Amino acid sequence: MAEFSLPANSKVRKDGRIFKAPAGAKNVRVFKIYRFDPDSGGNPRLDTYEVDMDACGPMVLDALIKIKNEVDSTLTFRRSCREGICGSCAMNIDGKNGLACVSACADVKHDIKIYPLPHLPVIKDLIPDLTNFYAQYASIKPWLQTRTAAPPDRERLQSKEDQEKVDRPSACILCACCSTGCPSYWWNSDRYLGPAALLAAYRWIVDSRDEAAGERLDYLEDPFRLYRCHTIMNCTEACPKDLNPAKAIGEIKQMMAHRRL
Amino acid sequence: MGNSLSILHRLTGVALALGLLALGFWLVSLAGGEQSYVAATKVFASPVGFLFLVGWTFAFLYHLLNGVRHLFWDAGYGYERTQRHVSGWFAVLGALGLTLCVWALIWHFAP
Repeated sequence: MAEFSLPANSKVRKDGRIFKAPAGAKNVRVFKIYRFDPDSGGNPRLDTYEVDMDACGPMVLDALIKIKNEVDSTLTFRRSCREGICGSCAMNIDGKNGLACVSACADVKHDIKIYPLPHLPVIKDLIPDLTNFYAQYASIKPWLQTRTAAPPDRERLQSKEDQEKVDRPSACILCACCSTGCPSYWWNSDRYLGPAALLAAYRWIVDSRDEAAGERLDYLEDPFRLYRCHTIMNCTEACPKDLNPAKAIGEIKQMMAHRRL
Repeated sequence: MGNSLSILHRLTGVALALGLLALGFWLVSLAGGEQSYVAATKVFASPVGFLFLVGWTFAFLYHLLNGVRHLFWDAGYGYERTQRHVSGWFAVLGALGLTLCVWALIWHFAP
């Protein structure tokens, strides 16, 4: 069900700690970062960090790493590739889901507020629990399923045109920016698969080598798994890889209609 | 912008559902004879009643035009960024413009 306020133990305290920039810093940006420590048992709070941007890289992730290295080593976040291909540093920056590594600090005009991805259980600071998200991805069986025997002398080949159908949806990095930006997913993530898992399902349904499209559609034919999508389009707006999960979901709905004709 | 228009679609839908009660009230007053009809008309002709009628006109037209957007989406069209923005503005400005037109006509033909 829709929840419009946070549970009492998740409400964000305003009295966070403040870390001033070093004296003499000329180009200071203010970062307000969501902090939650499961061990202390207290409510989450917003900590304020002033960062000298003359001694820091341009991206939000650069600032986070600088804070962790030089100011406050307890700040916790996921990161790996720092170039938008691993999806680890997905977080809510200035009210929008995105990857910290490819989000420029200069694109935010005021104080830079950073929260974990919305509406997921928080493990610590900027790290959400993605267990359900990954389980939903696994539930759409994201692998090639075949019924016929493979050709004895070569791989299962695909035309260039058929490859192009799966080329874009295959570029999804499972960062969860889309699903956690979707109001339907916030209210119904226990039963609605969300845009990321549905985009992945689409990728296998349209794959010319896959022979389980019928079963895949059977699995999705459900009031919640697929049809909680109300074309709000937050997923497509959020995607840092510029993919279009909303369109993929729309095409799955069309396939559902076509096979009933 | 997309999510604002989406929630506006819901809100106008809720407003229209409530408006059905007002429509029912008006029809019942009509069935009740001249006296009750005149009394009901006074309610709708009051400044507050007028505001509600204009609001319902906009809600109806926006819900209708945005419904056409949904129809196109369900048919597989209009998912690209510029298409979404153009069709969104079409729904908002179209609903505002048609609301004005409807009430200008009513104003023109009102006795």
